[in-house]
Amino acid sequence: MKNLHKTWFDYFLVVVFAFILVITLYPFLNVLAISLNDATDTLKNINFIFPRKFTLTNYKYVFEEGGILQPLFISIAKTVIGTLAGVICTAMLAYTLSRRDFVFHKLFTMIFVITMYVGGGLIPEYLLIVRTLHLGNNFLVYIIPGLIWVYNMILVRSFIDGLPIALQEAAKLDGANDFQIWYIVIMPLCTPVIATIALYYAVGQWNSFMDTYLYAKKLPTLQYKLYEIMSQATMQLDTHTTTNATQAVTPMAIRMAVTVVATVPIIIVYPFVQKYFVGGMTLGSVKD
Amino acid sequence: MAGKGAKVVQKKQKITMGLLWKQRYLLMMSLPFVIWIIIFKYIPLWGWTMAFQEVKPATFAIPIWERPFVGFENFIKAFEDRLFQQTMINTIGISILQIAVGTVVAIAFAVLLNELVFSGFKKVTQTISYLPHFVSWVIIASIAKNIFNDGGVMDSLAGTNLHLMSTNSPLIWLVIVLIECWKEMGWSAIIYLSSMAGIDPGLYEAAQIDGANRFQKIWHITLPGIRPTIVVLLIMSIGGALNVGMERQMLLSNALVQDHTMVLSWFSYMRGIKSSDYGLGTALGVFQSVVGVALLLIANKIASMVGEDKLV
Repeated sequence: MKNLHKTWFDYFLVVVFAFILVITLYPFLNVLAISLNDATDTLKNINFIFPRKFTLTNYKYVFEEGGILQPLFISIAKTVIGTLAGVICTAMLAYTLSRRDFVFHKLFTMIFVITMYVGGGLIPEYLLIVRTLHLGNNFLVYIIPGLIWVYNMILVRSFIDGLPIALQEAAKLDGANDFQIWYIVIMPLCTPVIATIALYYAVGQWNSFMDTYLYAKKLPTLQYKLYEIMSQATMQLDTHTTTNATQAVTPMAIRMAVTVVATVPIIIVYPFVQKYFVGGMTLGSVKD
Repeated sequence: MAGKGAKVVQKKQKITMGLLWKQRYLLMMSLPFVIWIIIFKYIPLWGWTMAFQEVKPATFAIPIWERPFVGFENFIKAFEDRLFQQTMINTIGISILQIAVGTVVAIAFAVLLNELVFSGFKKVTQTISYLPHFVSWVIIASIAKNIFNDGGVMDSLAGTNLHLMSTNSPLIWLVIVLIECWKEMGWSAIIYLSSMAGIDPGLYEAAQIDGANRFQKIWHITLPGIRPTIVVLLIMSIGGALNVGMERQMLLSNALVQDHTMVLSWFSYMRGIKSSDYGLGTALGVFQSVVGVALLLIANKIASMVGEDKLV
Protein backbone atom coordinates (compact mmCIF):
# COMPACT_ATOMS: atom_id res chain seq x y z
CA MET A 1 0.00 0.00 0.00
CA LYS A 2 2.74 2.42 0.91
CA ASN A 3 5.02 3.06 -2.01
CA LEU A 4 8.32 4.78 -1.51
CA HIS A 5 7.48 7.50 -3.97
CA LYS A 6 6.11 10.44 -2.03
CA THR A 7 3.53 12.72 -3.58
CA TRP A 8 2.45 16.30 -2.82
CA PHE A 9 -0.34 14.78 -0.74
CA ASP A 10 2.15 13.25 1.70
CA TYR A 11 3.73 16.63 2.32
CA PHE A 12 0.33 18.27 2.50
CA LEU A 13 -0.59 15.83 5.29
CA VAL A 14 2.53 16.83 7.20
CA VAL A 15 1.35 20.43 7.06
CA VAL A 16 -2.13 19.42 8.24
CA PHE A 17 -0.77 17.51 11.21
CA ALA A 18 1.73 20.21 12.07
CA PHE A 19 -1.25 22.55 12.27
CA ILE A 20 -3.13 20.08 14.50
CA LEU A 21 -0.08 19.85 16.77
CA VAL A 22 0.05 23.62 17.08
CA ILE A 23 -3.65 23.76 17.98
CA THR A 24 -3.16 21.00 20.55
CA LEU A 25 -0.08 22.42 22.19
CA TYR A 26 -0.60 26.16 21.94
CA PRO A 27 -3.17 26.39 24.78
CA PHE A 28 -0.86 24.49 27.13
CA LEU A 29 2.16 26.61 26.25
CA ASN A 30 0.04 29.71 26.65
CA VAL A 31 -0.89 28.68 30.20
CA LEU A 32 2.73 27.94 31.04
CA ALA A 33 3.90 31.25 29.61
CA ILE A 34 1.27 33.27 31.50
CA SER A 35 2.15 31.51 34.74
CA LEU A 36 5.79 32.53 34.27
CA ASN A 37 5.03 36.05 33.13
CA ASP A 38 4.76 39.21 35.18
CA ALA A 39 1.08 39.44 36.16
CA THR A 40 0.55 43.10 35.34
CA ASP A 41 2.30 42.71 32.00
CA THR A 42 -0.10 39.84 31.16
CA LEU A 43 -3.05 42.23 31.45
CA LYS A 44 -2.05 43.94 28.21
CA ASN A 45 -2.53 40.88 26.03
CA ILE A 46 -2.66 37.21 26.92
CA ASN A 47 -1.89 35.80 23.50
CA PHE A 48 1.72 34.62 23.85
CA ILE A 49 3.69 31.44 24.45
CA PHE A 50 7.02 32.90 25.56
CA PRO A 51 7.05 34.89 28.80
CA ARG A 52 7.60 38.57 28.01
CA LYS A 53 8.70 39.49 31.51
CA PHE A 54 9.90 36.33 33.17
CA THR A 55 9.14 35.93 36.87
CA LEU A 56 8.52 33.24 39.44
CA THR A 57 6.44 35.53 41.65
CA ASN A 58 3.18 33.82 40.70
CA TYR A 59 4.41 30.43 41.87
CA LYS A 60 5.95 31.93 44.96
CA TYR A 61 2.63 33.55 45.84
CA VAL A 62 0.64 30.42 45.12
CA PHE A 63 2.78 28.22 47.34
CA GLU A 64 3.31 30.73 50.13
CA GLU A 65 -0.04 32.50 50.39
CA GLY A 66 -2.33 30.90 47.84
CA GLY A 67 -3.36 28.06 50.13
CA ILE A 68 -2.65 25.25 47.70
CA LEU A 69 -0.42 23.21 49.99
CA GLN A 70 -3.34 21.54 51.75
CA PRO A 71 -5.18 20.73 48.46
CA LEU A 72 -1.94 19.48 46.97
CA PHE A 73 -1.41 17.22 49.95
CA ILE A 74 -4.98 15.90 49.79
CA SER A 75 -4.67 15.26 46.06
CA ILE A 76 -1.44 13.32 46.53
CA ALA A 77 -2.79 11.35 49.50
CA LYS A 78 -5.97 10.47 47.64
CA THR A 79 -4.05 9.41 44.54
CA VAL A 80 -1.56 7.26 46.43
CA ILE A 81 -3.99 5.63 48.85
CA GLY A 82 -6.78 5.25 46.30
CA THR A 83 -4.44 3.63 43.80
CA LEU A 84 -2.87 1.26 46.32
CA ALA A 85 -6.21 0.19 47.77
CA GLY A 86 -7.77 -0.08 44.33
CA VAL A 87 -4.98 -2.20 42.90
CA ILE A 88 -4.82 -4.63 45.82
CA CYS A 89 -8.57 -5.10 46.06
CA THR A 90 -9.01 -5.39 42.30
CA ALA A 91 -6.26 -7.97 41.95
CA MET A 92 -7.55 -10.03 44.85
CA LEU A 93 -11.10 -10.08 43.57
CA ALA A 94 -9.97 -10.75 40.00
CA TYR A 95 -8.04 -13.81 41.15
CA THR A 96 -10.99 -15.37 42.95
CA LEU A 97 -13.22 -14.77 39.92
CA SER A 98 -10.62 -16.29 37.61
CA ARG A 99 -10.92 -19.56 39.54
CA ARG A 100 -13.46 -21.59 37.62
CA ASP A 101 -13.68 -24.09 40.49
CA PHE A 102 -14.80 -21.42 42.98
CA VAL A 103 -18.40 -22.20 43.96
CA PHE A 104 -19.62 -18.63 43.55
CA HIS A 105 -17.54 -17.87 40.46
CA LYS A 106 -20.56 -17.42 38.17
CA LEU A 107 -22.79 -15.64 40.68
CA PHE A 108 -20.18 -13.14 41.86
CA THR A 109 -19.00 -12.40 38.31
CA MET A 110 -22.58 -11.61 37.33
CA ILE A 111 -23.11 -9.36 40.34
CA PHE A 112 -20.13 -7.26 39.30
CA VAL A 113 -20.70 -7.19 35.56
CA ILE A 114 -24.34 -6.06 35.84
CA THR A 115 -23.22 -2.84 37.52
CA MET A 116 -21.37 -1.86 34.34
CA TYR A 117 -24.74 -1.46 32.63
CA VAL A 118 -27.17 -0.24 35.26
CA GLY A 119 -26.70 2.30 38.00
CA GLY A 120 -28.81 4.05 40.58
CA GLY A 121 -27.95 7.52 39.39
CA LEU A 122 -26.75 10.65 41.12
CA ILE A 123 -29.42 11.35 43.74
CA PRO A 124 -29.72 7.86 45.28
CA GLU A 125 -25.91 7.58 45.43
CA TYR A 126 -25.62 11.00 47.01
CA LEU A 127 -28.23 10.13 49.63
CA LEU A 128 -26.58 6.81 50.40
CA ILE A 129 -23.15 8.35 50.87
CA VAL A 130 -24.11 11.57 52.65
CA ARG A 131 -27.34 10.81 54.50
CA THR A 132 -27.15 7.09 55.23
CA LEU A 133 -23.43 6.38 55.59
CA HIS A 134 -22.42 9.89 56.76
CA LEU A 135 -19.29 9.87 54.64
CA GLY A 136 -19.60 13.54 53.71
CA ASN A 137 -16.38 15.50 54.29
CA ASN A 138 -14.65 12.30 55.32
CA PHE A 139 -11.44 11.30 53.55
CA LEU A 140 -12.85 7.80 53.07
CA VAL A 141 -15.35 9.16 50.55
CA TYR A 142 -12.43 9.50 48.14
CA ILE A 143 -11.42 5.88 48.56
CA ILE A 144 -14.35 3.62 49.32
CA PRO A 145 -17.23 4.40 46.92
CA GLY A 146 -14.96 4.13 43.86
CA LEU A 147 -12.70 1.40 45.27
CA ILE A 148 -12.93 -1.09 42.38
CA TRP A 149 -13.64 -0.36 38.74
CA VAL A 150 -15.27 -3.46 37.31
CA TYR A 151 -13.60 -2.84 33.97
CA ASN A 152 -10.15 -3.00 35.62
CA MET A 153 -11.15 -6.16 37.43
CA ILE A 154 -12.01 -7.78 34.09
CA LEU A 155 -8.68 -6.69 32.63
CA VAL A 156 -6.79 -8.37 35.47
CA ARG A 157 -8.97 -11.45 35.38
CA SER A 158 -8.44 -12.04 31.69
CA PHE A 159 -4.71 -11.58 32.21
CA ILE A 160 -4.72 -14.25 34.94
CA ASP A 161 -6.76 -16.51 32.64
CA GLY A 162 -3.84 -16.39 30.23
CA LEU A 163 -1.30 -17.63 32.79
CA PRO A 164 -0.40 -21.34 32.81
CA ILE A 165 -2.58 -23.16 35.32
CA ALA A 166 0.25 -25.57 36.12
CA LEU A 167 1.92 -22.93 38.30
CA GLN A 168 -1.09 -22.78 40.59
CA GLU A 169 -1.35 -26.56 40.74
CA ALA A 170 2.31 -26.90 41.61
CA ALA A 171 1.93 -24.38 44.43
CA LYS A 172 -1.11 -26.25 45.67
CA LEU A 173 0.85 -29.50 45.80
CA ASP A 174 3.47 -27.70 47.85
CA GLY A 175 0.75 -26.95 50.38
CA ALA A 176 0.03 -23.31 49.59
CA ASN A 177 -3.44 -22.03 50.38
CA ASP A 178 -5.45 -19.92 47.95
CA PHE A 179 -4.33 -16.66 49.47
CA GLN A 180 -0.68 -17.69 49.23
CA ILE A 181 -1.14 -18.80 45.62
CA TRP A 182 -2.51 -15.36 44.80
CA TYR A 183 0.14 -13.48 46.71
CA ILE A 184 3.22 -15.54 45.91
CA VAL A 185 2.49 -17.07 42.52
CA ILE A 186 -0.03 -14.88 40.69
CA MET A 187 0.80 -11.33 41.76
CA PRO A 188 4.46 -11.32 40.62
CA LEU A 189 3.37 -12.55 37.19
CA CYS A 190 0.74 -9.84 36.89
CA THR A 191 3.13 -6.88 36.92
CA PRO A 192 2.22 -5.58 33.42
CA VAL A 193 -1.50 -5.58 34.03
CA ILE A 194 -1.06 -4.24 37.56
CA ALA A 195 0.96 -1.35 36.15
CA THR A 196 -1.83 -0.68 33.68
CA ILE A 197 -4.64 -0.54 36.20
CA ALA A 198 -2.49 1.37 38.71
CA LEU A 199 -2.10 4.10 36.11
CA TYR A 200 -5.82 4.03 35.39
CA TYR A 201 -6.62 4.49 39.07
CA ALA A 202 -3.94 7.12 39.59
CA VAL A 203 -4.99 9.30 36.67
CA GLY A 204 -8.63 8.89 37.67
CA GLN A 205 -7.96 9.89 41.26
CA TRP A 206 -5.74 12.83 40.41
CA ASN A 207 -8.24 14.21 37.89
CA SER A 208 -11.48 13.61 39.75
CA PHE A 209 -13.44 16.67 40.70
CA MET A 210 -17.07 15.68 41.18
CA ASP A 211 -16.32 13.61 44.30
CA THR A 212 -15.04 16.72 46.09
CA TYR A 213 -17.78 18.89 44.66
CA LEU A 214 -20.57 16.57 45.79
CA TYR A 215 -19.26 15.03 48.98
CA ALA A 216 -16.22 16.70 50.49
CA LYS A 217 -15.93 20.43 49.92
CA LYS A 218 -14.14 20.72 53.25
CA LEU A 219 -11.40 18.45 51.93
CA PRO A 220 -10.52 20.34 48.75
CA THR A 221 -8.28 18.69 46.20
CA LEU A 222 -6.11 20.58 43.75
CA GLN A 223 -8.80 20.23 41.07
CA TYR A 224 -11.42 21.65 43.39
CA LYS A 225 -9.11 24.48 44.46
CA LEU A 226 -8.64 25.40 40.82
CA TYR A 227 -12.40 25.34 40.34
CA GLU A 228 -12.81 27.70 43.30
CA ILE A 229 -10.27 30.11 41.90
CA MET A 230 -12.06 30.00 38.55
CA SER A 231 -15.49 30.64 39.95
CA GLN A 232 -14.23 33.60 41.95
CA ALA A 233 -12.67 35.01 38.83
CA THR A 234 -15.92 34.58 36.91
CA MET A 235 -17.68 36.73 39.43
CA GLN A 236 -15.35 39.57 38.52
CA LEU A 237 -15.71 38.70 34.82
CA ASP A 238 -12.24 37.20 34.68
CA THR A 239 -10.13 40.15 35.55
CA HIS A 240 -7.65 40.83 32.87
CA THR A 241 -8.59 44.46 33.04
CA THR A 242 -9.87 45.36 36.48
CA THR A 243 -7.08 44.53 38.89
CA ASN A 244 -5.19 47.48 40.21
CA ALA A 245 -1.72 47.76 38.87
CA THR A 246 0.03 47.93 42.22
CA GLN A 247 -0.75 44.30 42.96
CA ALA A 248 2.02 41.94 41.98
CA VAL A 249 -0.23 38.99 41.24
CA THR A 250 -3.66 38.83 39.63
CA PRO A 251 -6.38 36.18 39.92
CA MET A 252 -5.50 35.13 36.41
CA ALA A 253 -1.82 34.62 37.20
CA ILE A 254 -2.76 32.59 40.27
CA ARG A 255 -5.15 30.50 38.22
CA MET A 256 -2.48 29.81 35.62
CA ALA A 257 0.13 28.81 38.19
CA VAL A 258 -2.32 26.40 39.85
CA THR A 259 -3.32 25.03 36.45
CA VAL A 260 0.30 24.25 35.69
CA VAL A 261 0.82 22.58 39.07
CA ALA A 262 -2.26 20.39 38.48
CA THR A 263 -1.25 19.50 34.92
CA VAL A 264 2.44 18.72 35.31
CA PRO A 265 2.03 15.27 36.92
CA ILE A 266 -0.27 14.21 34.08
CA ILE A 267 2.11 15.46 31.40
CA ILE A 268 4.98 13.58 33.02
CA VAL A 269 3.06 10.34 33.39
CA TYR A 270 0.86 10.18 30.31
CA PRO A 271 3.42 9.20 27.65
CA PHE A 272 4.11 6.07 29.70
CA VAL A 273 0.46 5.60 30.48
CA GLN A 274 -0.87 5.94 26.99
CA LYS A 275 0.68 2.77 25.64
CA TYR A 276 -0.98 0.80 28.44
CA PHE A 277 -4.24 2.68 28.04
CA VAL A 278 -4.32 2.04 24.32
CA GLY A 279 -3.58 -1.62 24.92
CA GLY A 280 -6.40 -1.90 27.43
CA MET A 281 -8.81 -0.07 25.22
CA THR A 282 -8.25 -2.28 22.20
CA LEU A 283 -8.28 -5.44 24.27
CA GLY A 284 -12.01 -5.36 23.71
CA SER A 285 -14.72 -7.08 25.62
CA VAL A 286 -13.88 -10.12 27.63
CA LYS A 287 -16.48 -12.75 27.97
CA ASP A 288 -16.46 -15.76 30.19
CA MET B 1 -12.08 -17.01 24.69
CA ALA B 2 -10.58 -18.35 27.91
CA GLY B 3 -6.80 -18.41 27.93
CA LYS B 4 -4.66 -21.41 27.29
CA GLY B 5 -4.30 -22.26 30.95
CA ALA B 6 -7.96 -22.08 31.97
CA LYS B 7 -9.39 -25.25 33.37
CA VAL B 8 -12.11 -27.12 31.61
CA VAL B 9 -15.30 -25.91 33.23
CA GLN B 10 -16.28 -28.42 35.82
CA LYS B 11 -19.66 -30.01 36.25
CA LYS B 12 -22.05 -28.12 38.48
CA GLN B 13 -20.85 -28.44 42.03
CA LYS B 14 -23.09 -28.93 44.99
CA ILE B 15 -22.56 -26.27 47.61
CA THR B 16 -21.71 -28.13 50.78
CA MET B 17 -20.24 -26.92 54.03
CA GLY B 18 -17.16 -28.99 53.29
CA LEU B 19 -16.63 -27.28 49.96
CA LEU B 20 -17.17 -23.82 51.45
CA TRP B 21 -14.59 -24.60 54.10
CA LYS B 22 -12.16 -25.81 51.47
CA GLN B 23 -12.61 -22.55 49.57
CA ARG B 24 -12.65 -20.34 52.65
CA TYR B 25 -9.70 -18.27 51.44
CA LEU B 26 -11.40 -17.58 48.11
CA LEU B 27 -14.52 -16.57 50.01
CA MET B 28 -12.60 -14.28 52.34
CA MET B 29 -10.90 -12.69 49.35
CA SER B 30 -14.13 -11.97 47.48
CA LEU B 31 -17.04 -11.67 49.89
CA PRO B 32 -16.06 -8.24 51.30
CA PHE B 33 -16.10 -6.80 47.79
CA VAL B 34 -19.44 -8.39 47.01
CA ILE B 35 -20.85 -6.72 50.11
CA TRP B 36 -19.16 -3.48 49.03
CA ILE B 37 -20.73 -3.56 45.58
CA ILE B 38 -24.16 -4.42 46.95
CA ILE B 39 -23.99 -1.40 49.25
CA PHE B 40 -22.63 1.08 46.73
CA LYS B 41 -24.23 -0.09 43.48
CA TYR B 42 -27.34 -2.12 44.30
CA ILE B 43 -28.79 -0.11 47.17
CA PRO B 44 -28.84 3.06 44.99
CA LEU B 45 -30.83 1.04 42.43
CA TRP B 46 -33.39 0.47 45.13
CA GLY B 47 -33.46 4.26 45.43
CA TRP B 48 -35.38 4.42 42.15
CA THR B 49 -38.51 3.90 44.24
CA MET B 50 -38.00 7.47 45.47
CA ALA B 51 -39.12 8.68 42.04
CA PHE B 52 -42.63 7.61 42.98
CA GLN B 53 -42.60 9.00 46.49
CA GLU B 54 -42.49 12.39 48.03
CA VAL B 55 -39.02 12.51 49.58
CA LYS B 56 -37.68 15.65 51.19
CA PRO B 57 -35.03 15.99 53.89
CA ALA B 58 -37.72 15.84 56.60
CA THR B 59 -39.24 12.61 55.31
CA PHE B 60 -35.96 10.95 54.35
CA ALA B 61 -35.58 9.23 57.70
CA ILE B 62 -38.93 7.45 57.31
CA PRO B 63 -38.55 3.84 56.11
CA ILE B 64 -39.04 3.53 52.34
CA TRP B 65 -42.25 1.52 52.65
CA GLU B 66 -43.91 4.16 54.85
CA ARG B 67 -43.14 7.21 52.74
CA PRO B 68 -46.12 8.79 50.97
CA PHE B 69 -46.63 7.22 47.55
CA VAL B 70 -47.40 9.85 44.93
CA GLY B 71 -47.49 7.89 41.66
CA PHE B 72 -46.22 9.89 38.74
CA GLU B 73 -46.54 13.24 40.46
CA ASN B 74 -42.78 13.82 40.54
CA PHE B 75 -42.55 13.23 36.80
CA ILE B 76 -45.43 15.63 36.11
CA LYS B 77 -43.81 18.22 38.35
CA ALA B 78 -40.52 17.76 36.49
CA PHE B 79 -42.09 18.12 33.04
CA GLU B 80 -43.99 21.22 34.12
CA ASP B 81 -40.90 22.84 35.60
CA ARG B 82 -40.20 26.18 33.95
CA LEU B 83 -36.64 25.11 33.14
CA PHE B 84 -37.47 21.64 31.82
CA GLN B 85 -38.21 22.51 28.21
CA GLN B 86 -35.06 24.58 27.71
CA THR B 87 -33.04 21.89 29.49
CA MET B 88 -34.27 19.23 27.08
CA ILE B 89 -33.56 21.44 24.07
CA ASN B 90 -30.03 22.07 25.35
CA THR B 91 -29.39 18.41 26.10
CA ILE B 92 -30.56 17.20 22.71
CA GLY B 93 -28.97 20.10 20.82
CA ILE B 94 -25.55 19.61 22.41
CA SER B 95 -25.78 15.84 21.92
CA ILE B 96 -26.64 16.00 18.23
CA LEU B 97 -23.95 18.58 17.56
CA GLN B 98 -21.48 16.54 19.55
CA ILE B 99 -22.27 13.24 17.81
CA ALA B 100 -22.15 14.83 14.35
CA VAL B 101 -19.02 16.95 14.75
CA GLY B 102 -17.21 14.53 17.07
CA THR B 103 -17.69 11.53 14.78
CA VAL B 104 -16.67 13.35 11.60
CA VAL B 105 -13.60 14.91 13.20
CA ALA B 106 -12.43 11.63 14.75
CA ILE B 107 -12.88 9.71 11.50
CA ALA B 108 -11.14 12.42 9.49
CA PHE B 109 -8.26 12.45 11.95
CA ALA B 110 -7.95 8.66 11.82
CA VAL B 111 -8.14 8.46 8.02
CA LEU B 112 -5.53 11.17 7.52
CA LEU B 113 -3.23 9.76 10.19
CA ASN B 114 -3.53 6.38 8.50
CA GLU B 115 -2.32 7.98 5.27
CA LEU B 116 0.68 9.64 6.90
CA VAL B 117 3.82 7.90 5.66
CA PHE B 118 6.46 9.50 7.89
CA SER B 119 6.30 6.99 10.73
CA GLY B 120 8.36 8.94 13.30
CA PHE B 121 6.25 12.05 12.84
CA LYS B 122 3.11 9.89 12.92
CA LYS B 123 4.02 8.46 16.29
CA VAL B 124 4.84 11.84 17.81
CA THR B 125 1.61 13.32 16.44
CA GLN B 126 -0.46 10.51 17.83
CA THR B 127 1.14 10.66 21.28
CA ILE B 128 0.68 14.42 21.52
CA SER B 129 -2.90 14.17 20.31
CA TYR B 130 -3.71 12.02 23.38
CA LEU B 131 -2.50 14.65 25.82
CA PRO B 132 -5.77 16.60 26.30
CA HIS B 133 -7.64 13.36 26.92
CA PHE B 134 -5.68 12.74 30.11
CA VAL B 135 -6.15 16.23 31.46
CA SER B 136 -9.10 16.85 33.80
CA TRP B 137 -12.10 18.97 32.85
CA VAL B 138 -11.23 21.54 35.49
CA ILE B 139 -7.88 22.15 33.84
CA ILE B 140 -9.46 22.16 30.37
CA ALA B 141 -11.99 24.73 31.60
CA SER B 142 -9.21 26.89 32.97
CA ILE B 143 -7.36 26.68 29.64
CA ALA B 144 -10.56 27.29 27.66
CA LYS B 145 -11.11 30.53 29.54
CA ASN B 146 -7.82 31.86 28.20
CA ILE B 147 -8.80 30.97 24.67
CA PHE B 148 -12.49 31.82 24.46
CA ASN B 149 -13.21 34.38 27.16
CA ASP B 150 -13.58 38.05 26.36
CA GLY B 151 -10.10 39.38 25.72
CA GLY B 152 -8.77 35.85 25.26
CA VAL B 153 -6.62 34.35 22.54
CA MET B 154 -9.45 34.03 20.00
CA ASP B 155 -10.46 37.66 20.48
CA SER B 156 -6.84 38.68 20.17
CA LEU B 157 -6.50 36.74 16.89
CA ALA B 158 -9.75 38.16 15.53
CA GLY B 159 -8.85 41.65 16.66
CA THR B 160 -12.33 42.17 18.03
CA ASN B 161 -14.51 40.92 20.87
CA LEU B 162 -16.26 37.77 19.64
CA HIS B 163 -18.23 37.15 22.87
CA LEU B 164 -17.71 33.40 22.40
CA MET B 165 -18.40 32.55 26.02
CA SER B 166 -20.58 35.47 26.95
CA THR B 167 -23.42 35.32 24.42
CA ASN B 168 -26.64 33.95 25.81
CA SER B 169 -27.40 31.77 22.78
CA PRO B 170 -26.72 28.28 21.42
CA LEU B 171 -23.34 29.63 20.29
CA ILE B 172 -22.07 28.21 23.57
CA TRP B 173 -23.09 24.71 22.40
CA LEU B 174 -20.69 25.06 19.51
CA VAL B 175 -17.91 26.30 21.78
CA ILE B 176 -18.45 23.39 24.17
CA VAL B 177 -18.52 20.87 21.33
CA LEU B 178 -15.33 22.33 19.81
CA ILE B 179 -13.56 22.06 23.15
CA GLU B 180 -14.76 18.48 23.52
CA CYS B 181 -13.51 17.69 19.99
CA TRP B 182 -10.17 19.26 20.72
CA LYS B 183 -9.87 17.19 23.90
CA GLU B 184 -10.98 13.83 22.54
CA MET B 185 -10.09 13.88 18.82
CA GLY B 186 -6.86 11.92 19.02
CA TRP B 187 -8.17 9.52 21.60
CA SER B 188 -11.42 8.63 19.87
CA ALA B 189 -9.48 8.09 16.62
CA ILE B 190 -7.76 5.06 18.21
CA ILE B 191 -10.73 2.79 17.78
CA TYR B 192 -11.08 3.72 14.10
CA LEU B 193 -7.35 3.26 13.56
CA SER B 194 -7.42 -0.20 15.07
CA SER B 195 -10.43 -0.99 12.91
CA MET B 196 -8.45 0.15 9.84
CA ALA B 197 -5.57 -2.09 10.83
CA GLY B 198 -7.95 -5.00 10.35
CA ILE B 199 -8.66 -4.22 6.70
CA ASP B 200 -7.21 -6.79 4.29
CA PRO B 201 -4.09 -5.22 2.66
CA GLY B 202 -4.86 -7.28 -0.45
CA LEU B 203 -7.74 -4.91 -1.17
CA TYR B 204 -5.37 -1.95 -1.40
CA GLU B 205 -2.97 -3.89 -3.61
CA ALA B 206 -5.78 -4.91 -5.95
CA ALA B 207 -6.98 -1.30 -6.10
CA GLN B 208 -3.41 -0.20 -6.82
CA ILE B 209 -3.22 -2.56 -9.79
CA ASP B 210 -6.59 -1.28 -11.02
CA GLY B 211 -5.12 2.22 -10.98
CA ALA B 212 -7.05 3.69 -8.04
CA ASN B 213 -5.64 6.86 -6.51
CA ARG B 214 -5.33 7.68 -2.79
CA PHE B 215 -8.76 9.29 -2.51
CA GLN B 216 -10.48 6.45 -4.30
CA LYS B 217 -8.81 3.98 -1.98
CA ILE B 218 -9.97 5.92 1.08
CA TRP B 219 -13.50 6.22 -0.28
CA HIS B 220 -13.92 2.67 -1.55
CA ILE B 221 -11.80 0.63 0.86
CA THR B 222 -10.92 2.43 4.10
CA LEU B 223 -14.29 3.99 4.87
CA PRO B 224 -16.39 0.92 3.98
CA GLY B 225 -13.89 -1.14 5.97
CA ILE B 226 -14.54 0.79 9.17
CA ARG B 227 -18.29 1.16 8.59
CA PRO B 228 -19.30 -1.52 11.13
CA THR B 229 -17.25 0.29 13.80
CA ILE B 230 -18.82 3.62 12.89
CA VAL B 231 -22.33 2.15 13.12
CA VAL B 232 -21.74 0.52 16.50
CA LEU B 233 -20.28 3.70 17.96
CA LEU B 234 -23.12 5.79 16.54
CA ILE B 235 -25.76 3.49 18.02
CA MET B 236 -24.05 3.68 21.39
CA SER B 237 -23.73 7.45 21.31
CA ILE B 238 -27.38 7.84 20.35
CA GLY B 239 -28.26 5.62 23.31
CA GLY B 240 -26.31 8.01 25.51
CA ALA B 241 -27.74 11.15 23.92
CA LEU B 242 -29.40 12.35 27.12
CA ASN B 243 -26.39 11.56 29.30
CA VAL B 244 -24.58 14.83 28.77
CA GLY B 245 -22.22 14.98 31.71
CA MET B 246 -22.83 17.60 34.34
CA GLU B 247 -19.15 18.12 35.14
CA ARG B 248 -18.16 19.52 31.75
CA GLN B 249 -21.31 21.62 31.42
CA MET B 250 -20.91 23.16 34.82
CA LEU B 251 -17.21 23.92 34.39
CA LEU B 252 -17.54 25.51 30.97
CA SER B 253 -20.60 27.51 31.96
CA ASN B 254 -20.93 30.93 33.53
CA ALA B 255 -23.78 33.11 34.72
CA LEU B 256 -24.19 34.74 31.31
CA VAL B 257 -24.77 31.57 29.31
CA GLN B 258 -26.33 29.29 31.90
CA ASP B 259 -29.72 29.20 30.16
CA HIS B 260 -28.08 27.35 27.29
CA THR B 261 -25.69 25.11 29.20
CA MET B 262 -28.17 23.53 31.60
CA VAL B 263 -28.56 19.81 30.79
CA LEU B 264 -30.64 17.01 32.27
CA SER B 265 -28.07 15.57 34.70
CA TRP B 266 -27.21 19.00 36.04
CA PHE B 267 -30.89 19.89 36.32
CA SER B 268 -31.49 16.70 38.29
CA TYR B 269 -28.70 17.75 40.65
CA MET B 270 -30.11 21.27 41.03
CA ARG B 271 -33.62 20.10 41.88
CA GLY B 272 -32.64 16.94 43.74
CA ILE B 273 -29.71 18.08 45.86
CA LYS B 274 -29.51 21.87 45.74
CA SER B 275 -33.26 22.28 46.33
CA SER B 276 -33.42 19.03 48.36
CA ASP B 277 -36.40 17.60 46.47
CA TYR B 278 -34.99 14.08 46.37
CA GLY B 279 -38.09 12.55 44.77
CA LEU B 280 -38.10 15.06 41.92
CA GLY B 281 -34.36 14.70 41.31
CA THR B 282 -34.60 10.91 41.21
CA ALA B 283 -37.55 11.10 38.82
CA LEU B 284 -35.41 13.13 36.43
CA GLY B 285 -32.65 10.54 36.69
CA VAL B 286 -35.10 7.70 36.01
CA PHE B 287 -36.50 9.60 33.03
CA GLN B 288 -32.97 9.99 31.66
CA SER B 289 -32.20 6.27 32.00
CA VAL B 290 -35.50 5.05 30.57
CA VAL B 291 -35.33 7.38 27.55
CA GLY B 292 -31.70 6.31 27.08
CA VAL B 293 -32.66 2.65 26.80
CA ALA B 294 -35.52 3.52 24.43
CA LEU B 295 -33.19 5.57 22.21
CA LEU B 296 -30.68 2.74 22.12
CA LEU B 297 -33.34 0.27 21.00
CA ILE B 298 -34.69 2.66 18.37
CA ALA B 299 -31.23 3.40 16.95
CA ASN B 300 -30.51 -0.30 16.90
CA LYS B 301 -33.75 -1.00 15.06
CA ILE B 302 -33.07 1.69 12.47
CA ALA B 303 -29.54 0.36 11.93
CA SER B 304 -30.86 -3.12 11.25
CA MET B 305 -33.57 -1.74 8.96
CA VAL B 306 -31.02 -0.04 6.75
CA GLY B 307 -29.07 -3.27 6.57
CA GLU B 308 -26.36 -2.74 9.17
CA ASP B 309 -25.33 -5.21 11.81
CA LYS B 310 -27.25 -4.89 15.01
CA LEU B 311 -25.55 -4.07 18.25
CA VAL B 312 -27.88 -6.01 20.52
